[in-house]
Amino acid sequence: MSTASVPLPNWINYGLIPLLNLTLAFLISGLVVWFIGENPLDALWLMLDGALGRGEGVGFTLYYATNFIFTGLSVAVAIHAGLFNIGSEGQAYLGGLGAALVALALDHYVPWYVTMPFAVLGAAAFGAAWALLPAWLQAKRGSHIVITTIMFNYIAAAFMVYLLVNVLIVPGKMAPETRTFLEGGQLPKLDWLMAMFGMKLGPAPFNVSFLIALLMCFLVWVLIWRTKLGYEMRTLGISPSAAAYAGIPYARIVIITMLISGGLAGMMALNPVLGASARLQVEFVGGAGFVGIAVSLMGRNHPVGIILAAILFGILYQGGADLSFEMPTITREMILVIQGLVILFAGALEYMFRPAIVVAYQKFASA
Amino acid sequence: MEFVDIFISILGSTIRLSIPLIFTALAGLFSERAGVFDIGLEGKMLAAAFASACAAYITGSAWLGLLSGIGVSVAFALVHGFASITNRGNQIISGVAINFIVAGLTIVLGQAWFGQGGRTPQLPNTARFSPITLPGVDALRDVPVLGPLYANVISGNNILTYFAFAAVPISWWILYRTRFGLRMRAVGENPGAVDTAGISVTWLRYRAVICAGILCGLSGTYLAIAQSAAFIKDMSAGKGYIALAALIFAKWKPVPVMFACLLFGFLDAFANFMQGKSVPLIGEVPVQIFQALPYILTCVLLAGFIGVARPPKAGGVPYVKER
Repeated sequence: MSTASVPLPNWINYGLIPLLNLTLAFLISGLVVWFIGENPLDALWLMLDGALGRGEGVGFTLYYATNFIFTGLSVAVAIHAGLFNIGSEGQAYLGGLGAALVALALDHYVPWYVTMPFAVLGAAAFGAAWALLPAWLQAKRGSHIVITTIMFNYIAAAFMVYLLVNVLIVPGKMAPETRTFLEGGQLPKLDWLMAMFGMKLGPAPFNVSFLIALLMCFLVWVLIWRTKLGYEMRTLGISPSAAAYAGIPYARIVIITMLISGGLAGMMALNPVLGASARLQVEFVGGAGFVGIAVSLMGRNHPVGIILAAILFGILYQGGADLSFEMPTITREMILVIQGLVILFAGALEYMFRPAIVVAYQKFASA
Repeated sequence: MEFVDIFISILGSTIRLSIPLIFTALAGLFSERAGVFDIGLEGKMLAAAFASACAAYITGSAWLGLLSGIGVSVAFALVHGFASITNRGNQIISGVAINFIVAGLTIVLGQAWFGQGGRTPQLPNTARFSPITLPGVDALRDVPVLGPLYANVISGNNILTYFAFAAVPISWWILYRTRFGLRMRAVGENPGAVDTAGISVTWLRYRAVICAGILCGLSGTYLAIAQSAAFIKDMSAGKGYIALAALIFAKWKPVPVMFACLLFGFLDAFANFMQGKSVPLIGEVPVQIFQALPYILTCVLLAGFIGVARPPKAGGVPYVKER
């Protein structure tokens, strides 16, 4: 008999199974570290110390986490409607253009709190616009959203390099980037928030975007579980045929969902572009769009889970940077391995342990 | 005469740039025609490139390099199979995971073993697949057009290049003229029917992903020890995705796959040629246009403006036997 249809209590589905999968992912990561001749426990300790030991480390951890909350939400919103948006990377890249154009236009004239709402809108609008065509192709032409969003990631990369090298570059400079925004185009750091916990932020770029990210988590929760649109999205995600029978318009929901998803991805750009470097640079997204996939999978597509998973990945990114400094044999790219293993075990091999757990649970429950 | 020389040189580099695409797109063809989506082509290719460079460096033999490239690529293909066939996991997520694991692991291991920032040591020519000069090059050298064409485009390639062009008709033959091919195509369209006929869907799909692994192994090996003389980090540089685009552009058929790959290879070669040159009336054409063109063309195709690209019906859907 198949074990797939046996219901399990929530603490197993949402607690034990993800925990087992994550543990396995980290155990294998540890094996890789051990294989290249370093002590995995020492590495883990160095990593945690680097990410959480000092105020500056915490600041960097939360800075990275902010990126991942945005992209994680972007992926999650799409998944709820049964769409796999693999294009958050490109949408965030274009979002950077939207945010930067607003900052370049306004930073001479107004303080940051006036620029911010426009920058949020600009980033979201450009991100959403980049998701529109793949959404339309999926909704009206039936081409697979995964394929088109991958294509659009590469088109975005080529387009942005072109813009930065030929159009937005500061005349006479070599680096393909815009001019540095004045203070009116920068998001202030959250040193006061860190000071409340008795920590010094130092040079870490932890900024107001974090609060915007938390607000978006709340709004996404409201959208998915407390609105009609969210209900329709989830219906479509669980059963497209049921959605069709209920009269939920497929094309409309697909396009709206992808616009929201692209908008959230676009907003990610606020953090690095307006918050950290105060200019638009080539490849500033740096893979955060793909980390969003791991974050969303790990967080079970729920905003609270996404915040926790984003912080975990923030720890990995910041701690990983510190670790590669302390243990030169372990390069930064170890993060990619861990990330991949998390995606593999928490995503693709999600149900690997389920049959065994069902058997154990049934024995336990009948005893 | 100069025009002919330029044309031949672009044609030569078109061939060289198309080879990894052809292998990889054919790999995707096998996997996807059997109903297993494969986003992990890029990762398998990169893994094979790293493995072949390491093995060729240690053993000094290009053939052993090829063997380990194929071996490692098949191992990752089996991971993909285990996740998406046995565990019925999401095939796209599994592919994404493999791409990340490989992107990280090749650099981590490369740095730990060789300490050259993720590179492997430079290989001597004896440990590589070197260009082969076909007979008759000297005899034809003085013939205008045909001579240089023969010398620079048809001859002077390494053995893997000829493998790639042989792989196209072989794939066609397997797919359309063997029992395995018929069943494989059937399993990608309607696995239930194949199962009812008493044929194992699981075993068929596993064989298909193994074929994909072998072909990705060839393409990775080509990158590392035929086209270059070492593994360089991220050396696949999105070629796996271009191959995927070519596969869709070719509507999942082997011979069109070759032409799509040649077209995308030509765009790449032409972009290299155009770099820094200006065109009369238009001025300098940005290279980014050529880089984006394969993806744009594929999207236009997907939009249904150049015929209809119909993917295998059961693609991406795990097969559940019991009801």
